[in-house]
Amino acid sequence: MTGGTIHTHKPVNWLAEVPEYQGILSWLTSIDHKQLGILYILSAFGFLVVGALMGLTIRLQLMFPMSHVVSQEVYNQIFTMHGTTMVFFVGMPLLFGFAVYLTPLMIGARDMAFPRLNSFGYWVYLFGAIMLFFSFLSGGAPAAGWFAYPPLSEKGYLFNNGQNYWALSLFVTGIGSVATGVNLIVTILTMRAPGMTLKRVPLFVWMILMDGFLVVFSLPALNAALVMILFDRTLNTKFFDATVGGSPLLWQHFFWFFGHPEVYILILPGWGAISEVIPVFSRKLLFGAGVMAASTVAITFLSFGVWVHHMFAAGLGFAPLYIFAVTSLLIAVPTGIKVWSWLATMWGGKLRFTVAMLHAMAFLIQFTIGGLSGVAFAVIPLDWQLTDSYFVVAHFHYVLVGGMLFSLISGVYYWYPKVTGRMMSETLGKWQFWLMVFGFNGTFFVMHILGVLGMPRRVWTYPLGMPGWAELNFFSSCWSFVLVASMLLFLYNLVWSFYHGKIAGPNPWNAWTLEWLADSPPIGENFERVPVVRSRRPLWDLQFGSGGDGEHHA
Amino acid sequence: MDIKNADFTSIFNVASLQNRHLVDLHWFTLAICVLIAFVVTGLLIAVIAKFRTPENDDGSEPRQVQGNIRLEIIWTAIPLLIVTVLGVLTAIVMLVVNPPVGNKQPDVVVIGHQWWWEYRYPKLGVTTANEFYLPVGKNTLFEFRSADVVHSFWVIAFGQKMDAIPGHPTNMWVHPIKTGKFLGTCSEYCGAQHGLMRIIANVVPQEEFDTWIEKQRAVPEQPTDPAAVRGKELFNSATCVECHRVAGNEDAQALIGPDLTHIAQRETLGTGVLANNTENLKKWMQNPQTFKPGVNMPKMRLTDEEAQDIAVYLESLK
Repeated sequence: MTGGTIHTHKPVNWLAEVPEYQGILSWLTSIDHKQLGILYILSAFGFLVVGALMGLTIRLQLMFPMSHVVSQEVYNQIFTMHGTTMVFFVGMPLLFGFAVYLTPLMIGARDMAFPRLNSFGYWVYLFGAIMLFFSFLSGGAPAAGWFAYPPLSEKGYLFNNGQNYWALSLFVTGIGSVATGVNLIVTILTMRAPGMTLKRVPLFVWMILMDGFLVVFSLPALNAALVMILFDRTLNTKFFDATVGGSPLLWQHFFWFFGHPEVYILILPGWGAISEVIPVFSRKLLFGAGVMAASTVAITFLSFGVWVHHMFAAGLGFAPLYIFAVTSLLIAVPTGIKVWSWLATMWGGKLRFTVAMLHAMAFLIQFTIGGLSGVAFAVIPLDWQLTDSYFVVAHFHYVLVGGMLFSLISGVYYWYPKVTGRMMSETLGKWQFWLMVFGFNGTFFVMHILGVLGMPRRVWTYPLGMPGWAELNFFSSCWSFVLVASMLLFLYNLVWSFYHGKIAGPNPWNAWTLEWLADSPPIGENFERVPVVRSRRPLWDLQFGSGGDGEHHA
Repeated sequence: MDIKNADFTSIFNVASLQNRHLVDLHWFTLAICVLIAFVVTGLLIAVIAKFRTPENDDGSEPRQVQGNIRLEIIWTAIPLLIVTVLGVLTAIVMLVVNPPVGNKQPDVVVIGHQWWWEYRYPKLGVTTANEFYLPVGKNTLFEFRSADVVHSFWVIAFGQKMDAIPGHPTNMWVHPIKTGKFLGTCSEYCGAQHGLMRIIANVVPQEEFDTWIEKQRAVPEQPTDPAAVRGKELFNSATCVECHRVAGNEDAQALIGPDLTHIAQRETLGTGVLANNTENLKKWMQNPQTFKPGVNMPKMRLTDEEAQDIAVYLESLK
């Protein structure tokens, strides 16, 4: 740009025609939050395919008892990489992609507060992730599980380089995550449009703000622990070696001090997406938005005080266990408030069953099941029965796939027109949705029962003659193909719609938050001008003059 | 292997007094959770049925309700009440199931190894591996230790599981209330053979338990059968004795692998992967990796005859 006039762009209505985004160099060197957001999300989907194929390998191996599809050595690497990939290379970049793309648009800002830091966060993530996959070529991937408990993760038990790559790679991506977390907090606190008080930010942005705090305060615990394990492995320190006074339990505390907030880090943006999708397709204001925001704050605080519920079977004594049982039970209350509020938002509305809305509704049920099975882990005696069994696998897949993935796919259908300028195919979308609902529930629901029948987690194979194990595992494995097929169909829909989708226009859903005021795709600095914000729904105010915050009914 | 004579494996198969309390609490919690799930699903179905946009919609927006304080208080208070009840029950059941141990001596010390279990009865002076016995009707205090990495001990029908963590001994009470064979598996990921690190618990009447203890304490007779005599020599001269112990055989006193003093009394080999007989034992010694890939016992490079003789010797250790 040669300067002078500000309005040098001619309006375009398709992402592929945006003049600033032409050429690969424009993507490699970009500090534009929109391009980085897209890169984050595309990378996440790339790793989703890899992670899903690893998941499929796990299901193939477990399809029959005492089978040998892959060796136990490969299997243990695969399930470790499946977990690590899905959490750090799919979940995190997916949420950061949504966060950095949408946050500035939703608060009426031109970009993130620190665009270069934003770019740094993305590239550090990508190279960190590639580094971990490089370990396959270096003599073996990590094999201590995504939680990498010492002493198993120490070099005395796993001496190949994989575990070193694991620690180093997560440390690198962890630094990027903290940087992005800081960036999001500062952006939201300092760059909101005139009139947009913190009470008027969209719920999605509010969730992202809390997410930023969660990232900034929990990731450092992991980063510190990663340095310790790396030192143990390479410099012969003894942080986690019980034979000379170190403590394996110390790692568990560090890891779960990060690990539990991490669950909320992953799910909060999904909740945010749902809190935008449900109101728009119910044509109503989000019910009890203030309480919704407050309950998110409550969850943010509580989530730092529940980590020991991952260690209830570690024999820590009554008092420490009980304190964490109480906090873990309490966190169910604000979580429940959210479910009721979403339901109440739909009540009395005019529902439109778009694919985005279908995913949101499936999310509601599946997340409720995942939440309720989570209560079983807060009630310590039940945790003693069920922890480390397949019941846990069922539980967190209901939260992370049935919850997080469904809600963010809902978000993709909802915001895709904004990002690309084109609508996603609703026909393909409905096929994908139903395949995914059946594939997901078919794969994971029976795992609750497997847990009850005593099948432990992370097993390479299982003995013959255990009651129901073979049948249920076979059932689950069959449905897992449907689940993976639905994911591939989703990705196909992304590509197909990019070339053949209907042109969307700025506000195809008749939605109310600021991003829908911008062009689709948004121009270089997002807005020609930003209106003064007077309610939670500035576009409602623009249309009707007032009433964006709805009417009081005590 | 398929252990056919075992009791049904399920957390709802109540084989200990402790698990009865756990299961009672479990049904209570499950009932509440199922009820909530039905309410949420029912409301969603009602919403879908009632509030879909009509065909002839005029495009007007519905009433924009901001919220409802009374409703919001209700759906905060009721869950709060539920979790309070669950919290109180949690404390009660925890204390009933796992009362403080103080400095009581454990009845059974379980030591997790990669990938087998060592059982010691310190009060009775017995050490064995992989299959253990408990008297019915007696509250037994367990202690868990680990020789290497973190393991977790879980006999499913006993309900509770407990981790075995290096440098951090843990305890658990088990009061068996029915006799039978109960299965379990290590439930904390512990490396290559985590999935086949099985637990076989035999709950028997007190007299039978006492007989078993007597047999375990007895030193097996020296072999007389020529094959077994040859086998013992081979056992002592090959590397077997670097890891294994056999009481009464002073060359075999290592404590790295499972104690083989009374191996012939056990039903299984390799922590429950093979039925215990001379033929299987022979195959196991010749190449344990085919049955349990990753197991720490190396391939022994024995000829058929040598393996046969050692197997005969070991199977004579009753």
